[in-house]
Amino acid sequence: MGELRLMKGNEVIAEAAIRCGCDGYFGYPITPQSEVMETLMELKPWETTGMVVLQAESEVASINMVYGAAGTGKKVMTSSSSPGISLMQEGLSYIAGAELPCLVVNVQRGGPGLGTIQPSQADYFQTVKGGGHGDYRLITLAPSSVQEMNDFVELGFELAFKYRNPAMILTDGALGQMMEKVELADFKPRRTTEEILQTCGSWATTGKTSHRNRNIITSLEMDPFRMEQNNLRFQAKYKELEENEVRYEEIMCDDAEYIIIAFGTSSRICLKAIDLLREKGIKAGLLRPITLYPFPTRIIAERSRQVKGFMSVEMSSGQMVEDIKLAVFDTGRIIPVKYFGRMGGLLPSPGEVVEALENNFLKGN
Amino acid sequence: MDIQDIIKPENLVYQKSKIQVDVISHYCPGCSHGVVHKLISEVIDELGIQEKTIGVSPVGCAVFAYNLIDIDWQEAAHGRAPALATGIARTNPDKVVFTYQGDGDLASIGAAEIVHACNRGENIVVIFINNAIYGMTGGQMAPTTLLGMVTSTTPYGRNVELNGYPLKITDLIAQLPGVSYCTRQSVHTAATVRKCKNAIRKAFKNVMDKKGTSFVEVTSTCNSGWKLSPVESNNWMVENMFREYPQGDLKDVDKLIQQ
Repeated sequence: MGELRLMKGNEVIAEAAIRCGCDGYFGYPITPQSEVMETLMELKPWETTGMVVLQAESEVASINMVYGAAGTGKKVMTSSSSPGISLMQEGLSYIAGAELPCLVVNVQRGGPGLGTIQPSQADYFQTVKGGGHGDYRLITLAPSSVQEMNDFVELGFELAFKYRNPAMILTDGALGQMMEKVELADFKPRRTTEEILQTCGSWATTGKTSHRNRNIITSLEMDPFRMEQNNLRFQAKYKELEENEVRYEEIMCDDAEYIIIAFGTSSRICLKAIDLLREKGIKAGLLRPITLYPFPTRIIAERSRQVKGFMSVEMSSGQMVEDIKLAVFDTGRIIPVKYFGRMGGLLPSPGEVVEALENNFLKGN
Repeated sequence: MDIQDIIKPENLVYQKSKIQVDVISHYCPGCSHGVVHKLISEVIDELGIQEKTIGVSPVGCAVFAYNLIDIDWQEAAHGRAPALATGIARTNPDKVVFTYQGDGDLASIGAAEIVHACNRGENIVVIFINNAIYGMTGGQMAPTTLLGMVTSTTPYGRNVELNGYPLKITDLIAQLPGVSYCTRQSVHTAATVRKCKNAIRKAFKNVMDKKGTSFVEVTSTCNSGWKLSPVESNNWMVENMFREYPQGDLKDVDKLIQQ
């Protein structure tokens, strides 16, 4: 059993980064995630593990610092909240195009614009549909507890390096600010220069030696035929992600007539809601996507054989519901897919979710 | 005497640096970029730092610098080279990191990144090509375009009311405490090429000695964008650019310490 602590989600991101052997963090303050950098600065990992921590002049700069360091094979990350993540979209597109591994944490707040500092899930589209320009995807992990905030730092890096693709932890201000018991991982040393050369030497800018050609990190390719080949390579990688890396959790789905689909903070609320529904004799279950990209399309398609309806519960105007509809549509079955949510930094209550499910599926039958 | 009698090792007075890749350059004939690339290659070669050097290329005419100099390179988004260089240098303190940027990249879209990287005193070399125009996109106004200068977006000449003033970014950079060396050079004569090479060598040496940021502006020509011949461009630069962008060192911490 690892070390147990009571910690905030934001603090645990910092702690997990140091413990998993992260080489660098570059960030810019923004509510509700400033504790990530504050915790790192307080812990001074450059004195212990040698991890670099730097406050950048903007989110534009921090994501590009991540680009530079990731281009040398280092394990580096940044974190921000929604408006800051918008500023990083240019950098994320370049990082995806240059096929660099890195980790980005988005502790979402309500938008659009400056919006609010309260929690939200309204950056779903931005995260899983692109955000920046061009055809690319972010590996997207959606934690629903402080423990998962901890666990997904290492998992995010692992997937990012496995696929040479940026990974994002898509969480929100509620999980960032929430304190929970967490079991921390043991300290893992940062990779040595030799280890980096072994695993990333074929592409990383580690210094051109006489034994190899120069390594160039770029997303540029002027020849459209070669650029299409690059895109086909990315698409093949995304296909592989969709085949191998889908993660989700099911609760009381086996006999469910109605399945609520929710991730992150809203999934915690829905956990209570399905209990309340079951007390009322309504066979409800919860399907919680853990990876938002790749999306758990297949299990939704399978569950569409048995259910009378799906309901997506989101802290947004209904974004993930579109992916659920697509998953059901592709089966050819006609199953109602409904949405319930709150916006602007508000959380749905379990009672509201119960009422929404009853209104959507059970009233007037 | 046959030409083969002359081509002998003992007669060798000049050769292309082995760091320069043996390919046809994409630069226009008469452009300053090629000369500066040659100088950087020679300096890397002479200092023996090919295996330690990581270049960051910009968006602009020098976007393909990585095809021309035989070192590891990263290609940045427009203006973001100093942020990439920060990330590389901070996590790889044993490397010699430099950015190579034009005036639009460095002084316009990347003004925040260059000012803050220099102000933090990032241990990097910045090579800044100032030819007062956007070459790659076809000759639009740059932040350093002179007043009255005709470009495709200032067809009647740059005008203060409409476009504001030329930005003397190098003067601004010299004020920042993180910068140990800041100089303005050019490469239009044999003598200035030699001086510029010394400046570039000093900048790279400074970074090897961990002295913080070293910034070398090369006041340059863009004969295609200026719509002048290479010779006319050199003359135009001397007559007009040097008034706005006076040549020589703006700051050298080594000399300040000696004083």
